[in-house]
Amino acid sequence: MKKMWLITRREYLTRVRNKTFLLSTFLLPVVFILFISGTVLLQLKTKSHNRIGVIDANGFFSDYLKGDSTLSFDFSPGIDTLNYEKRGCTAVLIIPRLADSGKTECRLKYKKALGLEQSSALDDRIRDAVTDHTIFEKTTVSRAKLDSIRTESDIVHISSFEDNGQTARASSQTSAYVIGYVSGILIYLLTFIYGAAVMRGVMEEKTNRIAEVMVSSVRPFELMWGKITGIGAVGLTQFLLWIVLLGAIGFIAQGILPHDTLQNLPKNTPMSGGTAAAAAAAAKVQSSGFNLSTFIINTNMGLIIFCFLFYFIGGYLFYSALFAAVGSAVNEDPQEAQSLMLPITLPVVFSFVIMTVVVQDPSGPLATWASIIPFSSPIVMMARIPSGVPGTVPYWQLGLSMVLLVLGFLGTTWLAGKIYRIGILMYGKKPSWKIMWKWAFRSN
Amino acid sequence: MPILEVADLQKNFATQIAVNKLSFQLDQGSIFGLLGPNGAGKTTLIRMLTGIFYPDEGSIRFQGHPFDPANDIINIGYMPEERGLYKKMKIGEQALYLARLKGLSSQDALRKVKEWFVKFEMQSWWNKKVEDLSKGMQQKLQFVITVLHEPKLIILDEPFSGLDPVNSNLIKDEIYRLAHNGASIIFSTHRMEQVEEICDHIILMNKGEKILDGSVSGVKQQFKENLFAVGIEETASPGDNGWKPESAAFEVVGQRDGQWVVKIRDGYRPNDVLRYLIDNGKGITAFTEILPSLSDIFIRLVEGTPLARQFQPVKLSV
Repeated sequence: MKKMWLITRREYLTRVRNKTFLLSTFLLPVVFILFISGTVLLQLKTKSHNRIGVIDANGFFSDYLKGDSTLSFDFSPGIDTLNYEKRGCTAVLIIPRLADSGKTECRLKYKKALGLEQSSALDDRIRDAVTDHTIFEKTTVSRAKLDSIRTESDIVHISSFEDNGQTARASSQTSAYVIGYVSGILIYLLTFIYGAAVMRGVMEEKTNRIAEVMVSSVRPFELMWGKITGIGAVGLTQFLLWIVLLGAIGFIAQGILPHDTLQNLPKNTPMSGGTAAAAAAAAKVQSSGFNLSTFIINTNMGLIIFCFLFYFIGGYLFYSALFAAVGSAVNEDPQEAQSLMLPITLPVVFSFVIMTVVVQDPSGPLATWASIIPFSSPIVMMARIPSGVPGTVPYWQLGLSMVLLVLGFLGTTWLAGKIYRIGILMYGKKPSWKIMWKWAFRSN
Repeated sequence: MPILEVADLQKNFATQIAVNKLSFQLDQGSIFGLLGPNGAGKTTLIRMLTGIFYPDEGSIRFQGHPFDPANDIINIGYMPEERGLYKKMKIGEQALYLARLKGLSSQDALRKVKEWFVKFEMQSWWNKKVEDLSKGMQQKLQFVITVLHEPKLIILDEPFSGLDPVNSNLIKDEIYRLAHNGASIIFSTHRMEQVEEICDHIILMNKGEKILDGSVSGVKQQFKENLFAVGIEETASPGDNGWKPESAAFEVVGQRDGQWVVKIRDGYRPNDVLRYLIDNGKGITAFTEILPSLSDIFIRLVEGTPLARQFQPVKLSV
């Protein structure tokens, strides 16, 4: 026990004193902030304005199609598919005479695509125009009446309250979404970063040929476990420093940024790809800035922070033991590590993919099971918890998930310990999974 | 009292017997040579003696009680053949760290590290990193780290590889001194000339089994072939001047450095050779027994198994 503590201390101190640690701790939040604000700013600045020429065979669309800052319409009579660009339009929309029954197909001709968002906005506007026109034409409702009905009906919005039996608590879907998403991403990243650090540490001991010197003083298991705990402590330290730094930067940023920037942010950026997702998450944080602060007051932040730490540590221990086993099995060649790492990285990546789904539907069967099975629970459960405990996540699920995660990491550590013990003294040929399996389950 | 008693020690790996029913004992203060070709099972044996592997069968007694790795490890210093250090760690810190892992308290560790650094003139290295040292310097550091905690049993696997003669001698002297002060040393190698020079006692292993056990001089006596070098008072070489000894006691089998090499036949003694030569009026300038070198014995015993890794398959009894 005392020896393991010595190992943990060395692993921790050598890493924390390293320049790379300081650099990554202090630069990463800055880079992260710059990246997010850069993306958001770019989105604001480059929001393109599209002017669309319309050739309408019905003659009434000019009254109903409404333009705004992103989309405007040009009904000048001479416009056609050849000259629309000269007239300053990015596309030309051809609306044929609407059929009395069945669908009518409108055509949009362009050189540069409008993009998914604007296309669907255009689609909505045309539909609205047709509806408005139909109501106006086929009923006795006057145009003015219709407009005033619209304005008056735009006064309802949903406030969510989480039902906790006797009491109800105000909650915000958006904030839950953002916190769940960010937690999921963080655990995913940290598992990879520190898991890989454990693997490199083990490989270093092996390639430096110090492994045998070490195991003549300490048991291999102590050596492995000391390394895992030491690097885990580095991870926690770094994470806490980031929180402090981000808090400080956020505090400063609030003073500098003009308040209305937050209001003008796009509300519905489609989620596609990592950067868009991060930007959207950031946009959501900011657009729901008001909600977020109420959310923090109204939600059990203590529970969320506790769960985050629990799942971070649990997930880290679960996977880093496996990373240590791989590190002990390979030799100098990093390519060997790559191929042996695949079976470990796949479940982590899958969990991430599942998490992006779960965060939108935190109560479905996929969410339930993926948050209970230890392979994916660290990442997936954190996407569900902000939606509410015990509402969205019943206590039994949370409890079962935690117990299974603890059993899971005890299992992987035990398994990895047996592989590590043999692997660390083996040089030469790279072992196959089959051979490592034998190492793990051999009787002595 | 023997410091180490090994009885019927056995270790099986999945497809081979690495160490097979091996027994020997090691006296306190002796320097013990563990010889064998590559793959003979030396490293496996050593790993059992250092608690890295558990034996499948047999027993190890250390200082009179059954070997308990957790507590006895502080009395063992092991320098493996596959050795190394943390390249990025400062040398002083590293020595302290490894000493503390052996179980020394931080004050003891600091005191001993300083002591040894002074002895080996390494004080100026304290804040350097291992990667800044030459290979020889690294070896020296490695030796210091192995013996720093003043173990009762020191196991050195190929300790001189990579050392220049000056540093080799430095370490050799230190080995003698440690043995003189009561430490027992197991010295594993396949460099025979070093064994002859340093060791009191040897065992030779091949294919996991002990094939020879005894003192260096005893083993040489055991394998001697009754060969003697005889110097004759003559100007020309013995074969050239026409005279050939004809005796039932011996025959000349060759010559070396101007001397005859004679083999004494069974049932005769060296005195018979001398008597014959004196009776024939020859002046004798030298008469020395030629003992086989350990190298010769080693090759003779291991011959026929030139391939190192020839292990017997494990017999599976169902």
